[in-house]
Amino acid sequence: MSPPQRVAAGSAFSISTTGSGQAVLYIVGPGQALRRNVQLGEAVSFPAGVLFHAGRYLVILAGPSTHTREMDVTPADQPHSLSFLAKPSRLPVGLQNGISGTAYVFDAYRNLVTTPLPVSFALSDQGGGASQTQTVTTRNGVAWTRMNSAAKEGSAKFVAQTNGVSGTRVIEEVPGSPCGLTMHATAAAGDKVDLQTTPVRDCAGNAVPDGTIVTFTETYKGEQSTADVPIKKGIAQVVMPAHIGARISVASGVVAGNEIRWGGR
Amino acid sequence: MIKRLLPTICLLAASPALLAASPSVHMEPPQLQGSRAIEPLTRTAVVRDYLESWKSFRAAMAQNRPSLLDQDFAGTAKEKLTATIQEQAKLGIHTRYQDRSHDLQFVFYSPEGLSIQLIDNVVYEERVLDHDKKTLAKKQMRARYIVVLTPAQTRWKVRIFQAGPNNTRDISASGEVAR
Repeated sequence: MSPPQRVAAGSAFSISTTGSGQAVLYIVGPGQALRRNVQLGEAVSFPAGVLFHAGRYLVILAGPSTHTREMDVTPADQPHSLSFLAKPSRLPVGLQNGISGTAYVFDAYRNLVTTPLPVSFALSDQGGGASQTQTVTTRNGVAWTRMNSAAKEGSAKFVAQTNGVSGTRVIEEVPGSPCGLTMHATAAAGDKVDLQTTPVRDCAGNAVPDGTIVTFTETYKGEQSTADVPIKKGIAQVVMPAHIGARISVASGVVAGNEIRWGGR
Repeated sequence: MIKRLLPTICLLAASPALLAASPSVHMEPPQLQGSRAIEPLTRTAVVRDYLESWKSFRAAMAQNRPSLLDQDFAGTAKEKLTATIQEQAKLGIHTRYQDRSHDLQFVFYSPEGLSIQLIDNVVYEERVLDHDKKTLAKKQMRARYIVVLTPAQTRWKVRIFQAGPNNTRDISASGEVAR
């Protein structure tokens, strides 16, 4: 018998046989197992779509004597789908190489397409303008990239595409850590001091989201009072005891803001 | 890096669980081409789990029991192997695979750490038996497997398990079995 050494996944092929009498033809591998009754001396035809899982196969012709051959089924060159993984789904703005994308390319039978293919990755902002693009050639069926998060907060569309097949993921780009955190203090009724930040923004000018915790710390005669306050409507505000000569500082996470020495006004 | 991994591989090869199979295992230096570096512990775990997956694969194919794949395979690889086992059962055959040697090389570790790809130039014996356990054919095969593993709760599972020709070596071929 003469099976082809290689066939593309899902394509038609035939195996010619010699001799006379009846036999059984098997094509067996981890990907598929097929059997056909054969009239020796005739060719056995396999129509398109019968043998479609890529891999190595043992072809066995069991008749008066048994013959074996090897045959490879190779993935189709034409991609049919992408398995596209983008991480993370949410990250701060302005992060260098903060977003990664990995694309595995498959043919119509879920075989990994091992022929090198160009995959284009594009990360665009809410308006649809392509802000970053990169084309990477697959190696062993996979291509990957890293992208920077945008300077402006919002949803970004991350698309991987090859030969008309694409996958899309949405990345939420959120404001980064506060930048230039500043508060001011005013006297309040009942020996209190009213502390209020200016609108809290990151270094790119995006408003830090409400709910982010801002910590006010008052130190007086060696004692410390602390208040953790969530940002509301863009600012953080708290009323603390007013001690003349107290030092009051503000911070958010690891970002320190300004410090005030309370002088009574 | 390889030196660090070798004792583990030797241990794996010597462990009682693997004595039945005990294929030889060789690690090539990784060729990751700029993707994330693989920590030694990760390398060890992936190799261990991949070699374990061959045991499951062998048992499942020999016994025509797809459930034996559950522990080590996921996604496309599991679906395809399951379908093959079902076809084997319908045809009244089963297949014994015996891996003789693995030549492994890591080629990709995704930046987020959620998939790892290796190439396995494997030598194995494939023996096809009919329902009477009579050997229809056996042959030593060489193949270049592209394998993608993804982390599951406690282990790495094989998600893509795709063979192609091993072009680097001659294909041994006796291939004739008298009936």
